[in-house]
Amino acid sequence: MSTAQIWVLIGVVALLTALIKGAGPLVLGSRQLPPRMIGVITLLPSALLAALVVTTALADGDVLRVGATAGGVAAGGLVLLVRAPLVLAVVVAVGVTAGLRALGVA
Amino acid sequence: MTTEGSARDAGEDPEDRSSFRPGLRVGVPIGIVVGLVGVSFGVVGVQAGLTPLQAVVMSALVYAASGQIAAVTVVGSGGGLLPAVLASGLMSSRFLAMGLALTPSLRGNRLSRAAQGQAVVDTSWAMSNNGDGTFDRWLLFGSSAPQYVLWVAGTALGAYGGGLLGDVDRWGLDAVFPVFFLSLLLGELRGNGSRAIAAAGAVVALALIPLTPPGVPVLAASAVALVGLRRRAGGAA
Repeated sequence: MSTAQIWVLIGVVALLTALIKGAGPLVLGSRQLPPRMIGVITLLPSALLAALVVTTALADGDVLRVGATAGGVAAGGLVLLVRAPLVLAVVVAVGVTAGLRALGVA
Repeated sequence: MTTEGSARDAGEDPEDRSSFRPGLRVGVPIGIVVGLVGVSFGVVGVQAGLTPLQAVVMSALVYAASGQIAAVTVVGSGGGLLPAVLASGLMSSRFLAMGLALTPSLRGNRLSRAAQGQAVVDTSWAMSNNGDGTFDRWLLFGSSAPQYVLWVAGTALGAYGGGLLGDVDRWGLDAVFPVFFLSLLLGELRGNGSRAIAAAGAVVALALIPLTPPGVPVLAASAVALVGLRRRAGGAA
């Protein structure tokens, strides 16, 4: 892609992302959600976060890979399960991932 | 910090804005991580063929890490405009669900609410969730602000100084976000029924990763929450 085409891409992606983020407010405005939807919204974070965990830990494009990242995340998860602070979990996860990668794990 | 001068908000209930500062405080450490991801985006963007300025402008205008990385990955692999836009849009599509959930907790007319909705990123949305279907919008704004600044700054560092940093993959930073999302998820799992929902969301996402373009698995997993319709209707809270 040429530099000019990339500027077009940036503009289109910026507009599209703003529309995606703004679509809910634009459609709903100041109306309240139907009460039945409250049940959906209270469950939404669990479903979304679980999906984000598995995709960021295990997906490499459209390939499932149990590799260095997965190993690091598993180690960080164990740290979280013993109720240690998040910072420690992150440091352990990054350290294990970097270590595994240094050992040649993809 | 409410003052008597806030009478110009007449017509709306008084609103507690005191969560903005705690939001900033939690946003800074997360923002440092976001900044490191920004460094990696800056490096990858320039490798893919963006000029350093383009990488920085993209971060400033788009503010959606995964969607930007998706677009730039397509560019780097020689793809065209349409596939790059589609990849990015699919990756960011989860913000549609997040925006719908957030809207009743915003204030103002629909354009103003749409503008406020631009502050949504995964981390700030999840943290500002009160657990009862409402959101603390000032916590959302507060935690999002430092993340935005550090995201753009990190991109600039990576785009202009990437050559000095070497291979950023080596540092293992890609493990940061899954662990962060996991910690937010563990906080969510106290609620009744949320374990089954989380497990189902994870299974849906895992099953779709090899079958669909990136972004679709997460969006499809959010549909699992629709069982909440039935639970409400059945009288359970």
